[in-house]
Amino acid sequence: MRLTLSPLAVLVAAVFSLPAAAQTIYPIDRADILSGSRFDLKVEFPGIVDPAKVSVTINGQDHAKVFGKPAELVAREDGKDVSSLLLRDASISKPGNYTVTASDGTTTKSVEWTVYGTPAKRAAKNVILFIGDGFSIGHRTAARLLSKGVENGKIKGKLAMDDMPYMALLTTQGTDSIITDSANAAHAYTTGHKSCVNALGVYCSRAASTLDHPKVETLTSIAKRKGMAVGAVTNSEIEDATPAAMVAHTRRRSDFNDIVKMFYDSKIDVMMGGGSPNFLPKSTAGSKRSDEVDYIGLFKQAGYALATTKTEMLAAADGAKTTRLLGLYNTSNVDGALDLKFLKKGSVAKFPDQPDVVEEMDAAIKILSRNKNGFVLMVESARIDKYSHSMDPERAIFDTIMLDNAVKKAKDWAKANGNNTLILVTADHSHPVSVIGTVDDNSPEAEMRNKVGIYEGAGIPDYQPNDEGYPVSVDVPRRLRFVFGATPDYYDTFRPFLDGEFVPAIKNADGVMVANEKYKDIPGAVLRVGNLPNKGSRAANQGIHSGDDVILTAMGPGAERVRGQMENSDLFRVIAEALSFAPQGKAAGKQ
Amino acid sequence: MTETATSEPAAEAFALSRRTFLSLALLAVPTLAHAAEVLTFDGLYKSIGVLGIKYSDRALSLKGQAVRLRGFMAPPLKPESKFFVLTREPVAVCPFCASDAEWPVDIVVVYLRKTLVPVDFQQRIAVEGRLEIGSWTDPQSGFVSQVRIVDADIIG
Ligand SMILES: [Zn+2]
Repeated sequence: MRLTLSPLAVLVAAVFSLPAAAQTIYPIDRADILSGSRFDLKVEFPGIVDPAKVSVTINGQDHAKVFGKPAELVAREDGKDVSSLLLRDASISKPGNYTVTASDGTTTKSVEWTVYGTPAKRAAKNVILFIGDGFSIGHRTAARLLSKGVENGKIKGKLAMDDMPYMALLTTQGTDSIITDSANAAHAYTTGHKSCVNALGVYCSRAASTLDHPKVETLTSIAKRKGMAVGAVTNSEIEDATPAAMVAHTRRRSDFNDIVKMFYDSKIDVMMGGGSPNFLPKSTAGSKRSDEVDYIGLFKQAGYALATTKTEMLAAADGAKTTRLLGLYNTSNVDGALDLKFLKKGSVAKFPDQPDVVEEMDAAIKILSRNKNGFVLMVESARIDKYSHSMDPERAIFDTIMLDNAVKKAKDWAKANGNNTLILVTADHSHPVSVIGTVDDNSPEAEMRNKVGIYEGAGIPDYQPNDEGYPVSVDVPRRLRFVFGATPDYYDTFRPFLDGEFVPAIKNADGVMVANEKYKDIPGAVLRVGNLPNKGSRAANQGIHSGDDVILTAMGPGAERVRGQMENSDLFRVIAEALSFAPQGKAAGKQ
Repeated sequence: MTETATSEPAAEAFALSRRTFLSLALLAVPTLAHAAEVLTFDGLYKSIGVLGIKYSDRALSLKGQAVRLRGFMAPPLKPESKFFVLTREPVAVCPFCASDAEWPVDIVVVYLRKTLVPVDFQQRIAVEGRLEIGSWTDPQSGFVSQVRIVDADIIG
């Protein structure tokens, strides 16, 4: 075939002899790398290479010299006709710009890395990172309106998270897409690297196994190396993406059984949430493991107190000697605030003694603050996202109020304990949600859509917040009209879901996602034809994430670095600098 | 404790295929008049706790026997499948955020005698087959299940 090509084509074919023209290098181009943090160097060649011709240099120097050890050449990665060069646990200590060049003797590819250090002096003793999963501006506004109220045009009181001196807009896109998920997004916070949807603690390479991708070091690993205590508390399953990002290295966030092992191996001090079945050996009824490893037993042997209820959690936290805690309060997600505190729906009947996120955080701080070297704590209000997927406004807003209550408690604690805690409050990504007005049952109009008040017709809603900032009733006559911008087909009921979380759409027998008929006969319900795919593998049965920026507010030592527009991965650097993870200058070397 | 077991009306029992009758006979089901014992999701468990599930005495006593269970078919992981997940309520698993990792714990996995014909996932269905209890990993899919109804048929 080649003989029939023109001389130019032959030349082109010779230069670009392989289908994918150049090699891929991880960490990727424009990566920001904390000085001294560990990462896997991987070079993927587009074909099988001659080892004698392969070279990988860092600023012109052989990589083996720079890293102190040579990378392994994998001749046929995963049995395929491609070679890779892999060096696990590499690190660079000297800050600066680095050009990494990889050649197979024919083609050459370069990427640039920026290695950064941190100030010599540690500004903060502790860091508390709050993540409202999917927490968007609409949720924030709604939480303010429901928990504070409005008088004479002004909000009657500030949210704790609003009353913080520093603020930035974070952009959340990843290496593969403008829309991110909670794995990739939390990964950016806990590693400072950008990755792709579903990935935790790794770059997304061509490796066949989800566990073989090039890793980057997590916040937990670095903080533990510095002698700090680390915790992660959530009301999702503890293996879910956001808490998992504290410890995990996998291309696939659903590797729950592997993630439990990663939690165990990380030696994280406090972890709380739901998701107990992946801790139970498979012969235990109710287990979701595929092996016989008893992680409950292993954690206990490793000195963790075990709590399966709020009562047990409080007792463990009060024990002066408790420094490690595993809290598992539900087989699935811990119930959100509306169900837990008011409606008693969800799984509250099955699990009547679950803590909320505020109580989890309080217990975690008690335990972690026993470490004299300080602590890093990630606190997640996870179900803002889950309830926004299920298009259940009141549940999402209640869990936003719960997040704010946790922030308030953390601020009070920080103030009473030396003012040396950096507090960061943010979201991992947004949802297309908005406050557009109110619905008024007392409107004389017949149809529900005509009872919607817009502009001056919206007026002021009727909620009466209790001491915790939760409205005592969500089913008030004039209530918030909170809408979702991207939806499957669903029945719009114009009302809160008092009998349990909304299930907007379900697949029919032809595989088409259709509105859930369960809500059809609710008085006033109308069918909304959705605007999301309803067929094929990406058919949506619920609301989706949006690519809108998220807000980061901050206070405490190191918070002044939070300003303007930042990449989500920059948040990691704010933490690294506040805790002086890579001290430079005179004090460098001293911890 | 929850719903009492009722034997199905004769007419429905006769609607069962000849093959089901044969297989039930081979299983030495006590009486053919009680073709399938009716189980409910609530009736399967004595308790669901963080550290494990306890099956009800009745469910345990029905191990290996023909049972009927009503629930909702979750959209199958693959078309042309012979197994599917039966849930208490229609599932709202997010296809973009979750995986089988987020199934509720009280699911029942149904292995059909014939290839699955998808049904309306909003319609409650009844399934009949032999009850299996205990952890089992599907060698083909790797799917781990605790409660299964095998050699099953979908009955309306
Ligand atoms: Zn989500």
